[in-house]
Amino acid sequence: MATVTTPARAPGGASEMPDTPGWARWANEHRKWLFAAPAMIFVAALIVFPLAWTGYLSLTDAEGSVRAESEFVGFRNYVDVLSDTERFWPAVGRTAAFTVVALLFEVVLGMAVALLLWRPFRGQKWVRVAILMPLVATPVAVGMMWRLIFDPNIGLANQVLGWVGIGPQPWLAGQHSALPTTIFIDVWQWTPMVVLILLAGLTSLSEEPQEAARIDGASTWQRFRHVTLPLLMPTVIVAILLRGIDALKTFDILYATKGRGGGSFHEVETLNVYAYGLSFDYNEYGVSSTVLIIFFLIIIGSMWALTARRKEAKR
Amino acid sequence: MKPRPAYRVFRVVALAVVVLALLAPLLWMVAASFKTNVDIYDTGKALVFSPTMDNYATVLKRANYVQFIGNSLWVAFAATVASLILGVPAAYSMSRFNMRKSALVVLMARVIPGVSLLVPWYYVFSNLKMVGGFGVLILSHMFVSLPLVVYIMMGYFDGLPEELEEAALVDGLTHIGAFRRITLPLSVPGVATAGILSFIFSWNNFMFALVLSGADTKTLPVAIFDFVGYASIDWGGLMAAATVVTLPIMLIALFVQKYVVSGLTAGATKG
Repeated sequence: MATVTTPARAPGGASEMPDTPGWARWANEHRKWLFAAPAMIFVAALIVFPLAWTGYLSLTDAEGSVRAESEFVGFRNYVDVLSDTERFWPAVGRTAAFTVVALLFEVVLGMAVALLLWRPFRGQKWVRVAILMPLVATPVAVGMMWRLIFDPNIGLANQVLGWVGIGPQPWLAGQHSALPTTIFIDVWQWTPMVVLILLAGLTSLSEEPQEAARIDGASTWQRFRHVTLPLLMPTVIVAILLRGIDALKTFDILYATKGRGGGSFHEVETLNVYAYGLSFDYNEYGVSSTVLIIFFLIIIGSMWALTARRKEAKR
Repeated sequence: MKPRPAYRVFRVVALAVVVLALLAPLLWMVAASFKTNVDIYDTGKALVFSPTMDNYATVLKRANYVQFIGNSLWVAFAATVASLILGVPAAYSMSRFNMRKSALVVLMARVIPGVSLLVPWYYVFSNLKMVGGFGVLILSHMFVSLPLVVYIMMGYFDGLPEELEEAALVDGLTHIGAFRRITLPLSVPGVATAGILSFIFSWNNFMFALVLSGADTKTLPVAIFDFVGYASIDWGGLMAAATVVTLPIMLIALFVQKYVVSGLTAGATKG
């Protein structure tokens, strides 16, 4: 792509036009930054200062009110948080479990559904519409909906289990079943996202490698394993990247189903829920900032690892 | 090549299961919104019940939902328009001048957990006496929608041939004029995609409004919690409220599904 850097060198450029007012000429010459800067300044203003401040707060003992006097305590919060096996490490564990298990189901199921939808058939449009519905539904409302369905006494889930002769389960109310149940809700809502991304990837694949493999006598599974999957790998990684970032940050569904603090035994307290509670329920700004900085580093780290993996897959 | 008959039967069955699994819960929610709380507690009336509009009457009249619907509409609309105004030219510039590092600045907003920004935002905006007002809500929702707009539009502009603009320059237009009179009209489908997606994500946003809205500026996702009491839940009212939040956005998506799909999958298949 021939990039035109200064309009003066462009054929028929603005500066050659005699009746253009000066400001318009200036705007034309500087349009690169004139266009890009407002959006960048807006986002940077809402990110840079808060992150810097969060970083600073994580080195203080700030609590109670954001306006209260606070003392610089160095890395004490980091030592405290990283040695906290009561709340912090379990929250890290839940965040990791939630993200990894949800992603695993979403990618496997998403791949299966995308393959089913790949070749055109009658009624395909309506299946796509159905797939779109969970995606656009408001997550908090989705959480509330599942909260009713998974209610141990009156919920549809236990009624259905009753029909097939299985006893009632505690679902969201159980200390050990709450996290798997929220993972199920996440899978219900976001598998369609993976389907759409993979479907877009599948449709953009060229047919020739498929045909060649067919002529060579490869079975359906062999064609998928050795032709389709490798070609689709970059798209799979995009799906994992996009979904992974959001799964790590899941908040709405957990808050809607289990309330603040992730339940009375912190059954679904992920890093996000933990940090929210520290900030807005207990006003422990110093500690919560420390948790947030560590959380931020985890997110950046996992993104970096995945992007590196994607570059490899493309080679 | 036509798939084998056995596979076609399997596909029909499998897809029916998928569709049922995705839609049944939503239909269940809508059904519950037409039940009295007594009927919701009666498992014998799971499917057969006499529908009532009482829950909707509660939601719309007593719970002040008409106002919250207005709040949600205004915040999502304003955030979308502002994001398009800032985001479309930015995406154009980033696409044409290959400013990938600058684009990363904007896309950072997709990656950073919102909670880590909320405490400082709350501090700054409460000092500016903006917490509880619409301004801060719109700004925070723009934080969600602007990166979306930039991401989608960059992909769109990447696919628009530059020759069209060059032809316009030869015809005597300025660069900005060519953008305004040639590129922008050609990118209407992209702008529609970005706008619809930005509206949906802003409408659904919960965490920012939870902290930054006031009693009068609550958006729908926050207002839902009015039906969750400390000791008990008004399930009928809650499901009606959930339906009121979800249904409009699903209807929009239904009618413009082409745009929603292309927005959600934007950039997924390219480098």
